[in-house]
Amino acid sequence: MLSIKNLHANVEGKEILNGINLEINAGEVHAIMGPNGSGKSTLANVLAGNENYEVTEGEVLFNGKNLLELSVENRAREGMFLAFQYPIEIPGISNATFLKTSINEIRKYRGLPEYSAKEILDLIKDKSQVLEMDSTMLNRSVNVGFSGGEKKRNEILQLLTLDPKFALLDETDSGLDIDALKIVSQGVNIFKNKNNAVLLVTHYQRLLDYIVPDFVHVLAKGQIIKSGGKDLALELEEKGYDWVKDEFESVK
Amino acid sequence: MSLENKNEKVWYRDSFNTFKNKLNGESELFIGDLRKEAISKFENMNFPTLKDEEWKYTNVSSIIKNNYTPAFNDKAVEISTADVDKFFLSGFECCKLVFVNGVFNKELSQLKLLTGGVLIGNLRDAVKERPELVQKYYNGASKINNAFNALNNAFALDGLFVYVPAGKKIEIPLQVLFINGSSSNMLLSNLKNIIVAEESSSVNIIMNYAGLNGNPYLTNVMTEVYTAENASVNIYKIQNESENSYHIEQLDALQSASSLFNHYSATFGALITRNDINAKLNGKNSECHFYGLYLGSGKQHIDNHTFADHAQPECFSNELYKGIMDDESKAVFNGKIMVRPDAQKTNAYQSNKNIILSENASVDSKPQLEIYADDVKCSHGATVGRLDETAYFYIRSRGVPADMAKSMLIRAFANDVIESIKIPELKEHLNHMIFGHLHSIEITNQ
Repeated sequence: MLSIKNLHANVEGKEILNGINLEINAGEVHAIMGPNGSGKSTLANVLAGNENYEVTEGEVLFNGKNLLELSVENRAREGMFLAFQYPIEIPGISNATFLKTSINEIRKYRGLPEYSAKEILDLIKDKSQVLEMDSTMLNRSVNVGFSGGEKKRNEILQLLTLDPKFALLDETDSGLDIDALKIVSQGVNIFKNKNNAVLLVTHYQRLLDYIVPDFVHVLAKGQIIKSGGKDLALELEEKGYDWVKDEFESVK
Repeated sequence: MSLENKNEKVWYRDSFNTFKNKLNGESELFIGDLRKEAISKFENMNFPTLKDEEWKYTNVSSIIKNNYTPAFNDKAVEISTADVDKFFLSGFECCKLVFVNGVFNKELSQLKLLTGGVLIGNLRDAVKERPELVQKYYNGASKINNAFNALNNAFALDGLFVYVPAGKKIEIPLQVLFINGSSSNMLLSNLKNIIVAEESSSVNIIMNYAGLNGNPYLTNVMTEVYTAENASVNIYKIQNESENSYHIEQLDALQSASSLFNHYSATFGALITRNDINAKLNGKNSECHFYGLYLGSGKQHIDNHTFADHAQPECFSNELYKGIMDDESKAVFNGKIMVRPDAQKTNAYQSNKNIILSENASVDSKPQLEIYADDVKCSHGATVGRLDETAYFYIRSRGVPADMAKSMLIRAFANDVIESIKIPELKEHLNHMIFGHLHSIEITNQ
């Protein structure tokens, strides 16, 4: 589904990604872990098309299409979704309006008929119950006055209603208490199926107790320095990152 | 009509003589003398230039290079009820008034008879029917400050006239449409509006300026607002004149004790706009709020001058003006706050925030504080910034096209101004204007 080859990217002239290689197939959940500043969020932003990041080398194929050539909105319409680490507040635009606009823009692109206001509302209500979200949130401005946890839940609500092919979750667990973490994880678990894929970017192992990855990758200095199964996350939790770095250096 | 470019003084003197002759007996009324005085004043004045401090950032030479013909009847253009209907918010079956090129059009207007001495109508008829009442207020708050004002007074014929007697509260907003422009002439649409709210009365007025395609025209407005003790007046101004037109308004409010005046201004149209909003807080504990929103594109020039004149103690003024400027458009904000020696315990706040969408757009924002009292709370601030890139990315990352994402951010930026509007239907209308061509979105405000 997603094939990343030798991806290099800069932020303000500084190289952050230094040759990423990663293959993700439908039905898989991957986790990228790594210390602060390793490039985890950069990878997520580059894939979603954030123009503050400059791709200098490499290739990304998304269901056979050259992802890097697509505009931000077309990546979304092709099925790429980034759950933001810090979701943005949009005063004056209600959650329901925002979701309706988003869903119908994506449907239009795919040549599908637009949903009516009622169909959208039913869909949103259905999904917001899973996330134990108050229905009044739909009429509130997007993320305005939401707590950190509510914002993250709102990202997952978008994930469930837009139902993309590929979900990038950028530090979705940060700032969540254990109850919110469980609810958010449940949302992601409901989302995932054999036709889509998930890439979790996280600093901590605890999210992976609830969303179990098929593969765990360690990112350091803009490169994937080790890959393994879900047990690698536990090992990292216990021993930190230094041993992986040392191992990588010695092989080099 | 002759399009030759006569010297403006000769042109308007000649126009004045023609205009006067067409008015038949109306020149005999008190207003006739005021017109004569004004044209003499006009002849002894020059239009403002960049050397005038008050006009430093606004070059009017492109406005005055045209010789405009003052409209003297409402038949200059053919307009039907269907043409004007779209400008009115539905659901308010009180009063709809239509002025075509500055002249009241009775057929297109819808006036419900109001009881208890409330007068809602046009100045021209009010001058004939209630000359003593009109004379009491005419130029009581306004005076001729510049050549545009002199021109306004010289050709003053019609405008909105509202008189709300003591204790009367008119809840349903009055809707006034000023529709301007002509395909045959370059017209001067000249309006003199007078709004009087007597003690403990209240009134809400939507003043909607719209343009018809055709020749360039000049809308030159003077508005006077009187709020007696405890009275409250809300004016909502929407300016969407034609893109090749010019719009100038000077509004003067004179406020008595404990009165409230709120002015909301949304500027979308006209090539050059100049608004002067002046409130004299002339009674203890009086209060005024000025909210402004302006969207500039192309080569539009939008100049907002506000003046909160604190003449008495314990008054409150608050201003929030927000602009979004694209292309080569230019905004000017000049916010003057005067705190006179008697005006102790004044609270005066002012904020002007701008977003620039293009390298070539610009903003000149100038606060001007003159404070002669010592027990005063005053603040002012001005910012010019760009659209939030991260927010732009966020919205587009949900599949929303770039232009709509931009509109959403503009709407978000304008939110505190829009939210200050107390009429939900009007908020909705402004949302639609902000999203312009993007009809596919509806906004829910909660």
